[in-house]
Amino acid sequence: MMYLQLFWSFVQIGLLSFGGGYAALPLIQMQVVTEHQWLTLQEFADVLTISQMTPGPIAINAASFVGTRLLGIPGAVIATIGTVLPSLVIVLTLAWFYFRYRNLSAMQGALYGLRPAVVALIASAGLSILFLALFGSSSLPQSLDAVSWPAMALFILGYVIMRKRKVNPIVMILGTGILVVILTMAGLPIQQL
Amino acid sequence: MNAKHNHLYRTLFLQTFTLSAFTIGGGYVIVPLMRKAFVEKLEWIEEQEMLDMIAIAQSAPGVIAVNTSILVGYKVAKIKGALITLLGTILPPLILLTLLSYVYEAIRDNAIVQTLFYGMSIGVAVVILDAVSSMAKAVLSQKKLLPVVLMIGAFLATTILKIHIVFIILFCAAVGIISTLVVKKANS
Repeated sequence: MMYLQLFWSFVQIGLLSFGGGYAALPLIQMQVVTEHQWLTLQEFADVLTISQMTPGPIAINAASFVGTRLLGIPGAVIATIGTVLPSLVIVLTLAWFYFRYRNLSAMQGALYGLRPAVVALIASAGLSILFLALFGSSSLPQSLDAVSWPAMALFILGYVIMRKRKVNPIVMILGTGILVVILTMAGLPIQQL
Repeated sequence: MNAKHNHLYRTLFLQTFTLSAFTIGGGYVIVPLMRKAFVEKLEWIEEQEMLDMIAIAQSAPGVIAVNTSILVGYKVAKIKGALITLLGTILPPLILLTLLSYVYEAIRDNAIVQTLFYGMSIGVAVVILDAVSSMAKAVLSQKKLLPVVLMIGAFLATTILKIHIVFIILFCAAVGIISTLVVKKANS
């Protein structure tokens, strides 16, 4: 039963993530954190971190990671197959139509409406990761005491640097990680507990 | 004949496997590299055809690198080719992340590891929200009302109204299809 649920969750992720890149992010979060609670938000953030540092698409990485945690290697294989199965069917069908009729207008129409929405959904997923780091929870805090101001400062600094000059994401992620470890060891804890 | 086919399959697998294993940065990095390998180096696919295939890969749901590799494999050796390139593309992350999942279980309770992951999550937030900023800027720079309304609407729908994102995706896809058909009709 668990295999089926895992498989079906990742089929939905593969089926509904349009636009590439981070598009799968809100869907993975919805399936894995919100609906099935297979990972906590912190663990999801960790998967994302690992995923950013390693080759491979986020959706496949998440499928392998979550699958392994739940059901070992068979789980990883099942979840990964689930993720790519919709691609296999849809891409081959589209290719068949395309090479016959040279027309993708319905699909591109759907993308026209989806692209802006996907930006918003990724923004929301990104904000929940940020809020977790700043407030220790995925929503806005009730009081300002819950805010980690050093983390806020670090985020703003990182964001400004990233916007000004395109730093390699891995350098940015490792940089903030190592900086926080050094500051914590020097007696300046960043994380709100 | 058979030996030639086996060589073809092996090359398809090895090309996609190595690209997938060593390319950090997702579809937008790996797709140009695939083009280089299959159009320029091997000359198995023509330039224009590759561009069409990338357009299809981006129109379809799912991972762009996976979609592109399926098309490349299909183009070179039909369904069998598609399955081989698909396998080549998904095996490296599947193996690596399965291993890392075990490592993660073993070390995640360590205080320094936890602090490191916490700090890196700030960096991940920076990277994602930087990408979001660029994407939002691109939507705004079209200077069209509908995309902006959809973007703001979707944001409010998911954050404040907590509407299930499947509904948001289906709704916006329908709006996009309808508006494209209406524009097409008006033009013709």
